[in-house]
Amino acid sequence: MTLTDLAAQNLLSPMVLFFAVGLFAAFAKSDLTVPEPVAKLLSLYLLMSIGFRGGAEVAHHGLTVQLAGTIGAGILLSFAMPFVAYTILKRTSRLSAVDAAAVAGHYGSISAVTFAAVTGALNQLSVPFEGYMVAVAAAMETPAIISALNLARPHRDQPASGNGNHVWREVLLNGSVITLLGALVVGMISGPKGLATVKPFFVDLFPGFLCLFLLDMGLVAGRGLNQGRKYLTASLGIFAVIMPLIGASIAAALAFAIGLSAGGTAVLMTLAASASYIAVPAALRLALPEANPAIPLTMSLGVTFPFNLLLGIPLYIAVANAITTPH
Amino acid sequence: MQTHPKKRIDLIIEMPLLRRITERFDKAGVSGYSVLPIVAGRGQSGEWSAGGQVSEVGQMAAIICIVDAGKVDAVLEEVFAVIRKQIGLVTVSDVSVVRPERF
Repeated sequence: MTLTDLAAQNLLSPMVLFFAVGLFAAFAKSDLTVPEPVAKLLSLYLLMSIGFRGGAEVAHHGLTVQLAGTIGAGILLSFAMPFVAYTILKRTSRLSAVDAAAVAGHYGSISAVTFAAVTGALNQLSVPFEGYMVAVAAAMETPAIISALNLARPHRDQPASGNGNHVWREVLLNGSVITLLGALVVGMISGPKGLATVKPFFVDLFPGFLCLFLLDMGLVAGRGLNQGRKYLTASLGIFAVIMPLIGASIAAALAFAIGLSAGGTAVLMTLAASASYIAVPAALRLALPEANPAIPLTMSLGVTFPFNLLLGIPLYIAVANAITTPH
Repeated sequence: MQTHPKKRIDLIIEMPLLRRITERFDKAGVSGYSVLPIVAGRGQSGEWSAGGQVSEVGQMAAIICIVDAGKVDAVLEEVFAVIRKQIGLVTVSDVSVVRPERF
């Protein structure tokens, strides 16, 4: 399948089209909303479904050296990418060092929804991927926060006291990480047999729930962009598109070295290309309060997330296919 | 009816800080407080709305507590240890209560 075919198939998929409906509604200032508890439930469902299915796959194939290598590569990516992002931002934007460090932290971590979207796209294309990529996603959430704090440290006044002790507990016990890893463990224990018993809920309903969730994400991304537009300078807008491509390229090289499948490579590339808008903002509001939260949120949610969903994911799948297909 | 003077402390804080603040209230001996969600507002950074947020990070909450005048400094010291650099607002005002033993 060519890149054009993949892009067309992706753009015409119900998930992406519902996301576009959400974006349109937000830009048109429609009163369409998905109630917050519903959005939370959908997020919980998607993470549980991905985690459970990944766990069942790991139970089927067993733990391998490749699994450990891929998790190691994910952690390395999450640690290293903020340094790349920070260097680019300091050279190309007028952000303060603390704001640049905060943005860099967002781009080192991952977006669980983008992860859900790439798994949805791969399932639609019947491209298998390593089930343990769920654990890789969870492992990539937090190292970037440490890098961001290290980047910001020399440029800070005395940090606010009283928050530090809580930050790490909350970061490591972050709801999405617990849900993802908890479902992974449940899937590993119950295995393919357990998955068969809940298949109608966790597998068959997944695409429909993903459509509904992406409709909400379209609304949130569009409204976030409307609210934070003033922070989005040309250089930051370009960064929000270029940085995912840099992250995906580094991930592609690592995936090739590890020997991941085409699906696994596409997932690792997407994880590296995605930017956090839940776990990292929450941690940085506590650990780096001087940073303006609207700047990275507008970039990651308003630009990088739609870019990955509309164009990035088919591109990463095409590149993954190209580098893993023997010539 | 006889009333008694007390101090009311109003905080508008970032939602992720809520638990830290209430823990600080406990430490300062605050006997009770109320937490209210904030729907929308406008501050130094412009307008915002809770509806457009993807998580609690961009959301704000209001906390109201009523304390004895002698406790105000202790409460504010505890609170400021947490919110010194955060977005938000702190006000202290005079109020009258009818059941002083509760504060």
